[in-house]
Amino acid sequence: MSVLLIAEHNNKELKAFTLNAVTAASQIDSDVHALVIGNNCAEVAQAASELPLVKKVLTVEAAYYANFIAENFAPVVTKLAGNYTHIVCSANTFGKNLMPRIAAKLDTSQVSDIIKVVSADTFVRPIYAGNAFATVKSTDEKKCVTIRPTSFDPCDSSGGSAPIESADAGEEFSLTKFVKREEIKSDRPELGTARIVISGGRGMQNGDNFKLITAIADKLNAAIGASRAAVDAGYISNDHQVGQTGKVVVPDLYIAVGISGAIQHLAGMKESKIIVAINKDGEAPIFSVADYGLEADLFEALPQFLEELNKLNTIQK
Amino acid sequence: MKILVAVKRVIDYNVQVRVKDDGSGVVTENVKMSTNPPDDNAIEEAVKIKESGKAKEIVAITVGEEKAQETVRKALAVGADRGIHVKVGGAIEPLAVSKILKKIVDKEKPDLVFMGKQAIDDDCNQTGQMLSALLNWPQATFASKIEIKDRKLEVIREIDEGLETIEINTPAIVTCDLRLNEPRYASLPNIMKAKKKPIEQLNASDLGVDVSPKIQQLKVEEPPKRKAGIKVSSVAELVQKLKNEAKVI
Ligand SMILES: Cc1cc2nc3c(=O)[nH]c(=O)nc-3n(C[C@H](O)[C@H](O)[C@H](O)COP(=O)(O)OP(=O)(O)OC[C@H]3O[C@@H](n4cnc5c(N)ncnc54)[C@H](O)[C@@H]3O)c2cc1C
Ligand SMILES: Cc1cc2nc3c(=O)[nH]c(=O)nc-3n(C[C@H](O)[C@H](O)[C@H](O)COP(=O)(O)OP(=O)(O)OC[C@H]3O[C@@H](n4cnc5c(N)ncnc54)[C@H](O)[C@@H]3O)c2cc1C
Repeated sequence: MSVLLIAEHNNKELKAFTLNAVTAASQIDSDVHALVIGNNCAEVAQAASELPLVKKVLTVEAAYYANFIAENFAPVVTKLAGNYTHIVCSANTFGKNLMPRIAAKLDTSQVSDIIKVVSADTFVRPIYAGNAFATVKSTDEKKCVTIRPTSFDPCDSSGGSAPIESADAGEEFSLTKFVKREEIKSDRPELGTARIVISGGRGMQNGDNFKLITAIADKLNAAIGASRAAVDAGYISNDHQVGQTGKVVVPDLYIAVGISGAIQHLAGMKESKIIVAINKDGEAPIFSVADYGLEADLFEALPQFLEELNKLNTIQK
Repeated sequence: MKILVAVKRVIDYNVQVRVKDDGSGVVTENVKMSTNPPDDNAIEEAVKIKESGKAKEIVAITVGEEKAQETVRKALAVGADRGIHVKVGGAIEPLAVSKILKKIVDKEKPDLVFMGKQAIDDDCNQTGQMLSALLNWPQATFASKIEIKDRKLEVIREIDEGLETIEINTPAIVTCDLRLNEPRYASLPNIMKAKKKPIEQLNASDLGVDVSPKIQQLKVEEPPKRKAGIKVSSVAELVQKLKNEAKVI
């Protein structure tokens, strides 16, 4: 058995979640090879080779791999697939877009978004927005698996020295062209990996009021999340959405402000270690998952919260 | 232009899903079923394109048991011209659905196939990408804006980092996000009219597609429950608890 792990990166650095995917891959089998497809991405290959759990790094470079178009990536992976029993990558928008294209070409039924490796062919995955956990067994000879990064710890990132080999590029798929990417740059921790997340919902009333949340996020070095309603209403951009159709977060502390707690939102945050809910409706379903619930008007509570935090002198970063 | 739209019947998103005591699945008896929400966005987008004069025909297709037809009927009521129902009993995996859809695409030769970005029951997020792989067509997944430019589409995709714009040649597959548009409700006269629109019925076996599952569902369980929390009476108390009890700040 050996596992081909498709690394996610930006041609310069490995994306943090690749480390979580490597952990999952190594639980399937210890012979994990990392595949880095990109353009001028030698630094990424180097970083991958330093992961102690990775036994070999394969790199495939071409100009048309610069923008991670699935139509270009899939043929590279299917060509290499012959040597592997499992193909693994993260279930974020990169992996969700790419893996089914590989699985279909290999005539394999993909197992999506696993949260646990039971054995090399058996996995646990959430269904119905996390309201049920299904244990599934793949009977395909070759298995295509996407993993939920927040359900696995990141692997060590240094100490390894796996050999780096280059593999052949595939042909360019000319019918899909990358135009542009609008990335929202911020100095804040990333939503997916932050230790603390504070999220606002429709109760925030408008985008301007999110500055109440921003001030607390700054103080706590927290990432900012949002409900779909807040994103749909234009209070904040889509990359902040937490939930079934947004991002899944598992921070040590999740603070939900003006969020009612619809099951689709809970799907993205209910595994958080400590949950705080601030809502003026005492019956709001969010309170049913909250460790600490504060029934209050957020426009009064948030400024007080900031004040209390300012009083504490030992905020750990 | 001709647009094929795939619609799936799922447990309504408002239903609190319950796991069966024997661990064999979730309770689906006497549970409200609806069209998978982003599939409504897929239909809506197709209808808008037709209304703008850029499409001539919309065909709605579903794969599933007898009652799955209701989703096609609903699509017809909001503007699809005709329907196709491929009958299969029991659960069917995205790979098999995409093989069935490929057979239909080979026959119908649409310029575009619109689908939802994920089905809210199994959350697989696979079918559109698999279909485009089988057809070797471009795929624009998680679309929140579509602009038609002659034989090309410019699509804005929602990705983890923000937004990405790609340009794809038709024929192509687009999987739709909920933010793509605001689905309309069917009016009563249109619901009546939809009853006369044709729905072609086929069996998966007639299409020569093997639908036998390759993934065995061993058991379905309830996720671990969170232990009940407490209500705090003031912000000061909250901050004290977070610091001294939970030790997270
Ligand atoms: C297929 C599908 C997928 C979805 N995916 C997601 C998803 O990924 N993520 C997601 O979040 N949602 C998702 N949704 C939407 C979800 O169903 C809810 O509609 C949404 O989460 C509601 O957002 P909200 O809690 O901000 O708004 P509301 O439900 O309107 O709640 C607002 C809350 O704010 C409180 N409030 C108002 N004013 C104040 C105040 N001054 N002080 C304190 N509290 C106040 C109210 O009491 C209320 O509880 C999805 C829906 C569907 C159908
Ligand atoms: C209780 C339960 C038991 C199950 N048991 C089994 C089992 O024993 N064996 C097994 O193999 N699988 C089983 N499954 C899996 C399940 O039937 C399929 O995996 C699932 O229907 C397809 O995944 P998805 O809808 O999440 O696809 P997605 O890829 O998330 O769907 C995306 C889009 O594809 C389109 N689409 C998907 N399906 C259809 C369709 N049928 N018709 C038209 N368009 C469609 C829609 O536009 C949809 O928005 C079970 C599921 C459940 C809930």
